[in-house]
Amino acid sequence: MFTYTIRRSLLAVPTLLLISLIIFLLLDLAPSDPTANLPLTIPPEVREQIRQSLGLGDPIHIRYLLWCKQFFINEPLNILEDMFGWQIGGDRLRVLSWQTRSPVVDLIVQRLPQTLWVVGLSYILGILIAVPIGVISAYRQYSWFDQIGTFISMVGFSVPTFFTGVLLIVIFSVWLGWFPSIYDTTHQVTDWSSFMVQVKQMIMPVSVLALYNASQISRFMRASMLDNLTQDYVRTARAKGLREQVVVLVHVLRNSLIPVITVIALGVPQVFGGAIITEQVFKVNGLGQLLIIAIQGGDVPVVQTLTFIFAVLIVLFNLIADILYGVLDPRIRYD
Amino acid sequence: MTESALPAAHDPPPPRSQWLDVWDQFKTHRGALWGMGFFVTVLIAVLLGPYLWTIDAQFIDIRARNQGPSFAHPFGTDQLGRDTLARVLAGGRVSLAVGIAAMLLALGLGTLIGLVAGYFKRLDGPLMRLTDLFLALPLLPLLLVVIMLFRDSLRSAFGPETGIFFLIVFIIGITSWMQTARIVRGDVLTLKEREFVLASQSIGTPARRMITRHVLPNVLSPIMVSATLGIANAIITESALSFLGLGFPSDFPTWGRLLFDSTDYLQQYPERVLWPGLAISLTVLSVNYIGDGLRDALDPRIRGR
Amino acid sequence: MKFKTLALAAMLSVAFTPGTLAERGSSGHVNIIYWQAPSTLNPYLSGGTKELEAASLVLEPLARYDETGSMVPWLAESVPTVENGGVSEDLTSITWKLKPNLKWSDGSDVTSTDVVFTWTYCTHPDGGCAQNEKYNDVKNVEALDDLTVKVIFGVPKPFPYGPFVGAQAPILQAKQFAECMGEKAPECTEANFGPVGTGPFMVKEFRPNDVISFEANQNYRDAAKPAFATATLKGGGDAAAAGRSVLETGEFDYAWNLQLAPDVIKAMEAKGKGKVVAAFGTLVERIIINFTDPDPALGAERATAKHPHPILTDVNVRKALSMAIDRNLLVEIGYGTTGRPTCNVLPAPAIYRSSANDACLTQDIEGAKKLLEDAGWKPGGDGVRVKDGKRLTLLYQTSTNAVRQDFQALIKQWWKEIGVETELRNIDASVFFGSDPGSPDTFQKFFADVEMYANNFDGTDPEAYMSNWSCKQAPRPETQWQGNNMARYCSQEYDGLVAEMASTGDINERARLAKAMNDKLMQDYVILPLVDRGRVSAHSNTLGGVVLNTWDSELWNAADWYREK
Repeated sequence: MFTYTIRRSLLAVPTLLLISLIIFLLLDLAPSDPTANLPLTIPPEVREQIRQSLGLGDPIHIRYLLWCKQFFINEPLNILEDMFGWQIGGDRLRVLSWQTRSPVVDLIVQRLPQTLWVVGLSYILGILIAVPIGVISAYRQYSWFDQIGTFISMVGFSVPTFFTGVLLIVIFSVWLGWFPSIYDTTHQVTDWSSFMVQVKQMIMPVSVLALYNASQISRFMRASMLDNLTQDYVRTARAKGLREQVVVLVHVLRNSLIPVITVIALGVPQVFGGAIITEQVFKVNGLGQLLIIAIQGGDVPVVQTLTFIFAVLIVLFNLIADILYGVLDPRIRYD
Repeated sequence: MTESALPAAHDPPPPRSQWLDVWDQFKTHRGALWGMGFFVTVLIAVLLGPYLWTIDAQFIDIRARNQGPSFAHPFGTDQLGRDTLARVLAGGRVSLAVGIAAMLLALGLGTLIGLVAGYFKRLDGPLMRLTDLFLALPLLPLLLVVIMLFRDSLRSAFGPETGIFFLIVFIIGITSWMQTARIVRGDVLTLKEREFVLASQSIGTPARRMITRHVLPNVLSPIMVSATLGIANAIITESALSFLGLGFPSDFPTWGRLLFDSTDYLQQYPERVLWPGLAISLTVLSVNYIGDGLRDALDPRIRGR
Repeated sequence: MKFKTLALAAMLSVAFTPGTLAERGSSGHVNIIYWQAPSTLNPYLSGGTKELEAASLVLEPLARYDETGSMVPWLAESVPTVENGGVSEDLTSITWKLKPNLKWSDGSDVTSTDVVFTWTYCTHPDGGCAQNEKYNDVKNVEALDDLTVKVIFGVPKPFPYGPFVGAQAPILQAKQFAECMGEKAPECTEANFGPVGTGPFMVKEFRPNDVISFEANQNYRDAAKPAFATATLKGGGDAAAAGRSVLETGEFDYAWNLQLAPDVIKAMEAKGKGKVVAAFGTLVERIIINFTDPDPALGAERATAKHPHPILTDVNVRKALSMAIDRNLLVEIGYGTTGRPTCNVLPAPAIYRSSANDACLTQDIEGAKKLLEDAGWKPGGDGVRVKDGKRLTLLYQTSTNAVRQDFQALIKQWWKEIGVETELRNIDASVFFGSDPGSPDTFQKFFADVEMYANNFDGTDPEAYMSNWSCKQAPRPETQWQGNNMARYCSQEYDGLVAEMASTGDINERARLAKAMNDKLMQDYVILPLVDRGRVSAHSNTLGGVVLNTWDSELWNAADWYREK
């Protein structure tokens, strides 16, 4: 297992480099333009000059290598400097966003808190709701609990968040006036009352996303439990006199978790990707909004850096999922 | 096992096809029957409906805009006076076609890659790295590139609507198979170590038969869930595409688009969101029940119990 | 009784003039929402409207336009003209005089060197300044003394108010940006995110594409202003959500640019928490006709002047397309009170507005049919008109936007009635308005038969705008598909008018020429104007002093805003 982990980690480096190259080529090929959002009153010559100043005149391999240098060498050095107060070398060009003309990494750091709070919390909440619902639905298949759970999760999955978000805002902000419709990213939690303000502004986006996440995960959980409940080893366990609780919650659950772990692990990078539509509806302005604005504005450095960080997370969490398989199911051997 | 268990000396009962058994089991699943009934009704409605309800979904009757339900317009009209019933029916054709086709494509790809990666150790690495790549690709720029490269040639080959249909199905399919592949692979990895697989391997069953006879039937349930979620996902993704101007022409109704357009009018005309919203949810729900029933029916351990 | 009326009168006078009585910071906090978030506060690095307007709270020009479109001195003492001697007789120089005792928000003096610096900053060849055009033809900017600046042009400028006028060309502090010239410009993140200005507010915290916190500028020239001690400018979301937060929930005080369906915005206003304000400028939603053939079979010569359009070069077809459109209905559906039908591509200012084309305001389907019939276009079996084997079938493209898609659907139906078949296409705005020469979907390449979008011009002078339709402005492969003449319209007569205007200084003569150009475009049916679009914004009932201005930044008079008691 250990050598497997090491080998996979080493293999991840060329994989990620290749992915970054493909993303770069894709972005270069895409027809969006950094000057598209400027008013039409700005003449074409000025637009061309703006593009030149962004470095778009250079050939593509130069631009890619420049990004690699900035991202893999300059940025880590910069982080080291910030952390330890060292001075390494002189001026280094960081990865700069075209829209804001500021370092991309700073933008990401600025956006991270609200994304982790809202999207991360909703993900954890979603898992916490989904697993018990999936287990009970499967154990009592076709009971009322199962039917209602199925209905709610199907509605939760099939009704898009652009609709549920607006619906919640209309009910709870406009009619009842309980929660704010616009998320305040500058809000600081310092005491109990400001904490309550934070809770209030998080309730709606978190519940919209949690419903969506829970409905998806609970379906996989239920299906996987159903598969395992009919296996021979369950009969054996019951036959040897184990309590029902132990049979279901230890034997069946552990085996059923394997496919669900994949779903959960695959979802974690998406947490960092933010939830584009929900963030937009509630004005959370996290990483999802950063990405979508960058894509719409043709801001290649931001898109490239963000997608590459997602790629790193995806590779990482897939590795974690694979290791977890081995832990949950000792029969799986990679070596 | 069941076939060989029957002693030959007995008078053999008339041979029953396996699919008849499946159907018998399927019939005992009430939810699945309801789901099937509803789904077929929706299919018939969207296929034949436009011939019975002859108002053109794109016809604008500007004097009759923003109307509530009436005899002339049972579902009311939209902000340009187009008949909502006609639009829901016409939209259903597209949404269902896109949903089912894209789901099948994604499922097929995902299952194939998952099975191969899980079963053949040597292919596991490359295929899973390919999955990682697809998971990491930013969807929107990818769409822009695909549309830019292929729209015009498809449009001239198949006409604007069919061309876009192929494009959309292809895009949704190609960008949503990864989860299925990962899950199937995970299941196959565990299955491979199970006794019955080891047993078949030891008697020299070829890989293709192993996969189709022993492995595939045992990974059906996550595939069924993926299928259900996949249809909903495809319908919603299609609406997001048309919202971005990458989907069908704007006057071409689809369920997702109808829902999106009427969200702005949520407070003024709440009934307008209801129809496309209900259509999507109930269709997905019925597909889910069909999936449940099919899974039970295809599982030999449950069948005949 | 008498006492009562007196008391009432006193109360009323208090109620009506709190702005003049208030002292700086007495109104507390104001919340502004822009559904597109500003990405920087340096207007020279990003020409976007949202950035310009956010920056206008901090940075100010020498003169700007008020809500009527007339120029008012801002940091300058007066607006220089030929009459007052500020503009030289030969129209090649203009001399501005700064108000005395102006202070930057850091307490230092505003001097003419700051003005000169602003020019050098923007015109640095490696800078990629988005407002470069404002400094076109400027040969030199000289500081005559601490408060006097002379701008010298290389050619006579009939309209010398480009440099340092309006929200696009405010004055930067030389001290702060001295190290940020040319290639270094984007690296000065701190300066770009928190410029030192002369405006009523100064930046406390800037979060790009999210939110800006401001506080009152303690060195602002009017000691009683601004009434607000702090301000927040939140960005993101969509227009409906922004409107809701002001008009329905009352969380915000001011929402910018609410492009929403009329009945949606009316229902929001009915909640009684705020008011919708609208004002008209020069923004016209229009359909452009392609004079060249966009057939993909032509390959590299597609949509170039080598291949005239097979059907749209017939003026009768273009005229019929225009006649079939009911502009009043379009306004009613898409804009309500915030739009008005127009038959001119140059709808304002009033002296430039022509009345020669107003016949287009009434829809005439029968007339359009007759026109096509007489021109030899006969209906085929499927109702689509045909002539010499050419079918009247059009590809109609625009950017993705709910109102535009409604317009497309309506116009498609009207054109169907006169026997024209239409295929609709909508393209994401970032691609449509982008100018990537590799993309087939830009509005400049115009690989379609007709396209729809809106355009306007900065300030009040239409010269540059009207020259957009001269022959040399046509986008073509040789220009990397850059240019403003999307229609590829080319007329010697029109080019003559353009040249004449460039050398005419007299305002009445300029007005006559502008009208003549407008009429020429309209009567040749190069452009089918649809709607003169107003700017719509909303403010809460408790926010006073809002004067909506379409000629400059919407936040131009934020110093005068106050909280109504």
